[in-house]
This record gives sequence, structure tokens and C-alpha cells, in this order.
Amino acid sequence: MQPQLHPLGDRALLCSLPPPATLPQQQRIWALAELAGQWEEVSEVVPGMNNLTLITRRPVADLDILAQRIQTAWPKLSGERSVGRTVEIPVVYGGSAGPDLDNVARHTGLSTEEVITRHSNAEYVVYFLGFLPGFAYMGGLDASLATPRHTTPRVSIPAGSVGIGGEQTGIYPMASPGGWQLIGRTTLQLFAPSQEPPTLLRPGDRVRFTVERVAS
Amino acid sequence: MIDIIQPGMLASVQDMGRYGHRRLGIHPGGALNTLALASANLLVGNPVDAAGLEITMGVAELRFTRATRIALGGDDIGATLDGKPIAACWSIPVAAGSILKLSLTAADSPEQAPRHSMRTYLAVAGGIDVPLVLGSRSTDLKAGFGGHQGRALKRGDKLPIGDAQAATAAVHGPAFGVRSPRWSGLALRADEHSQHVTLRVLPGPEFDQFSKSARDALWSATWRVTPNSNRMGYRLEGPELKRKQGRDMLSHGVVPGVIQVPPSGQPIILMGDAQTTGGYPKIGVIIGADLWKLAQAPLNATLRLEPCEMADALAAAEEQQRYLDSIRATVAALDWSRATLYKK
Repeated sequence: MQPQLHPLGDRALLCSLPPPATLPQQQRIWALAELAGQWEEVSEVVPGMNNLTLITRRPVADLDILAQRIQTAWPKLSGERSVGRTVEIPVVYGGSAGPDLDNVARHTGLSTEEVITRHSNAEYVVYFLGFLPGFAYMGGLDASLATPRHTTPRVSIPAGSVGIGGEQTGIYPMASPGGWQLIGRTTLQLFAPSQEPPTLLRPGDRVRFTVERVAS
Repeated sequence: MIDIIQPGMLASVQDMGRYGHRRLGIHPGGALNTLALASANLLVGNPVDAAGLEITMGVAELRFTRATRIALGGDDIGATLDGKPIAACWSIPVAAGSILKLSLTAADSPEQAPRHSMRTYLAVAGGIDVPLVLGSRSTDLKAGFGGHQGRALKRGDKLPIGDAQAATAAVHGPAFGVRSPRWSGLALRADEHSQHVTLRVLPGPEFDQFSKSARDALWSATWRVTPNSNRMGYRLEGPELKRKQGRDMLSHGVVPGVIQVPPSGQPIILMGDAQTTGGYPKIGVIIGADLWKLAQAPLNATLRLEPCEMADALAAAEEQQRYLDSIRATVAALDWSRATLYKK
């Protein structure tokens, strides 16, 4: 299955794959990101969900040439090589760290203990980052934990908050407005602009939440 | 040092942007009108990507504690230096203790002034010497890092000015000016006779998914910049743009200039501080060479969108580059110690 290519203006090219989004397909996207990131005319590569955006240094006279290189490279790419590391994230669940833990339990019909167990037993994969510096969109949430966002977002959520929004789980790297159901908090720093690389999580990483403590 | 006496509505340190980290969710940010900052930088002998100040809606007051040289980028700025009016696109020596004041509200012709007045850029010889963070001195206002303490400027802030060998000589040289981008043919001819700002647009990946009437309306409507617009995006108001099919989009990398259409049907044009990824359908993308005009369009300005082709976008980008090259050549030919004034 070849990627479909669409110019995004005069200095970006969006390569998207037909649905459904799968992990093996996403792995090939990371591989394409790594390869295309080395091309001279490409300044940045931005993996998305089942797609990749290439940004060029300057307007490229012929985006078709770039498109051709992608179509040639794609069939040879293998997604098998695991690019990510495994990152453990200790979480204090419940209490003031996770004010919506009871909400999630009520909505899912599970006990708070069971919510914590299912959330911390899963292995998550960072598909891509966006929204905020260091904010990882992760796949792997146990379907039984899916809980809709708050209808009215909170004005400010503390950095390190771990939440559930619909069928996803994520961590707020910095204080921010947001509508996710907050079940816990980590003290790990997810974004440190003075460090290189500046984010704790990168595309392809595997994530595990560990129970540091359950607050009441 | 530059003492901030009054920062106005929003003033921040910006350079050409922070690149190379979008895959980690870090947007490029930087000056929204890169052409204005780049030309102002060249006029004071800086590299194009030195850090300057981005001042919003033409109100600010600041003092230079030492002699230097400055240039302003932007339009219709209503600026004074120690009470004397100064124009954009002039390179001006500044004595220690001088006060620069921008007070657009006091501009003489209010019906004309607001047209292109949204942002003014101050370049100072040697640049604003805040630390480089992730390769840039730009302020990331949302994430709170870079620039001056990761935030918008406040009254009482003191900004260090960098050292520049050229600047030392430049301080005592003459003032000189170049034509502004708007009077160098870089603004579309359409703008000269219209109260609207015309922007050239390449069709976006989902253009064909919009109804015929939506596609027609994109080009025929007059779009108003709503007051809910900022460095993240310009929210437009006009006819509702309806999509024929409602299939959800998966999140993907986006760039400044993308015109996305949320379910409300009212388009949003992404700017430098937009999120790195988005999921709304994209009806079009403003060409890179026209983004500076959008950065200057004030709230409630009216826009016209004009279809173009890739070749037009490339020609416009080259024209912009030639404009900057001509300033570079002018400055390189200057003998800073003598009164070699630029004459056109």
C-alpha cells in the first residue's frame, strides 16, 4: 500500500496511508521519517497518526521529485526494527493528584483499584507528539477504561497530570487548560527545554505506568 | 540594555523561529512577519535571524541605555524617537538614553492607519541577547520558555543588546532607508486599490471534499478577521464552508498558512504558534510568501483569497528573496563612517 501524497502549500508534503491505522504501519512511518529526515531538502519530519508530514527548507521547485523519492523508498522500508525505548512513568493515582479517578470508575463501572490496575498493566506506544511540547499521543489504553472528556475543560491542569480522554491516555507536560479525566500525576519532567532531546517521550517509545502510590 | 517602559498589548522577543523540533510537539513560533524582522535586521548590520522585538498593535515605549542603531519593520507604525517621527525600513543611529515610542492610536489618519498595523518589529544592532534555547531566541508564549524569561515583556524589563563589531561603527554612521516591502511590489497589486488584503492560496488536500458552493465561496467571499485571532491562528468569519463528506481526519503535521475548517464551517488560518499537529480538513494553504501580509492584518480586517499555482508561490518566494538581497547589497556597499546615503 503506497502513501498518498498531498502538498501542504509550497513547503510541506503530507504523506498519508489509507486506514485503518495499525502499529506495523506506524512503524514504517517512523522508518520513513528517519530516512526522509536525512534528505538535504527536508528540514523537518512530523509523524502523525498513520501519516507523515515533510517540511522543506525552502519552497521546492518540484515537489514531484520529493514525492517520487518517497514512493520509491516506501516499499523497501521495514517497520520491524523497533525504534523506541521503554520508559517507566511512576504515578500517584487518585486523591488531589487524580481528582477524576472516581469519575472514571463510575463511568466504566469498575472499582478505582481496577481502573488503576488496568491502566498500569498495559504497555503503551507513543504514536506521535503534538498539542504541547512533549505531549505524547499513545495507543494501548484498555478499551474498558474509555471515558469521555469533561464537557467544560478545566482552566488549568498541573504539569505531570495523567488523564484519560475518550479512548486515549496521556500526560500533560506542562500546566495547560484541558478536558481530560485526571486519574493521577507523575513528578517526572516531560519537557525540559534546556536538555537535548528536550522531551522525555519520542515517537516509537513504549510506555509503562507504575503505581507509586494510591492517594485518598 | 533596552528598558521596557511600556510593552503595549503584547510584546515579545522573537527571531526567525525554532526549527527542528516539531516532531516533539514544539512549534516554530518566531516573528509572524519574518520579512519585516529580516529586513530590519539587515538594515542594522545583523544577520537576518538575529532576535528582535515583536510589538503588537503599535503601542509601546522603550529606552536605549546605550548608543546603538535600530530599524523598525512593519507598516503605518506611528513611531517617534525622542519625539521626532521615524519611519519603518530606516536604519537610524540612536543616542544613549533615547526613547522610542510607538503610539499608533495617535496616528493622523485613523481610517488608514489600522489597515496594516498589527505588528511592528524592532531590530537593534547586535540583536537582543537572550539565551539560545533549542536553537532559537524566540519566546514560546504557550509553553513558557525562550525569549526573555519565557514570557511576554512587562514594564521594567531590561533586555541585553548583543555585541556586534559592525554595530560599533554603525552607531555613528548616517541614517538611511530602503523601500518597504509593501512599496517594493511584494504586496499584490490588488491590495493597492482595495480595502481588502489579498492572499494567494494553494488548494489543500481536502479541497475537493468541500461542496461546490463552499469552494466558490472560498474565492468569492470577503473574510473578516475576528477578534478571536492571535499568534496561534487567524479565525475568519464568512459564509459557512460545508464539506460533502464528514469522514474524520487523523491527526497530522500542519504548517503555518494552512486553512483548516472545523465543523462550524468558519475557517482558521494557522500561524507560527499553532500546534504542530491538527485534525481538521484543510481547504487550502496560504503561500509562504504572503504570510507576512496576514501577520500585518489587524483584527476586523477583511481578506480576499485568490487561487494560485505552485509556480506563483515559487516566483513570489524568489521575489521576496531578491528584496532581502537588495537590502543586503545596499548595506554591504555602505561606508558606515561617511554620509553615504541610500538614494533611489
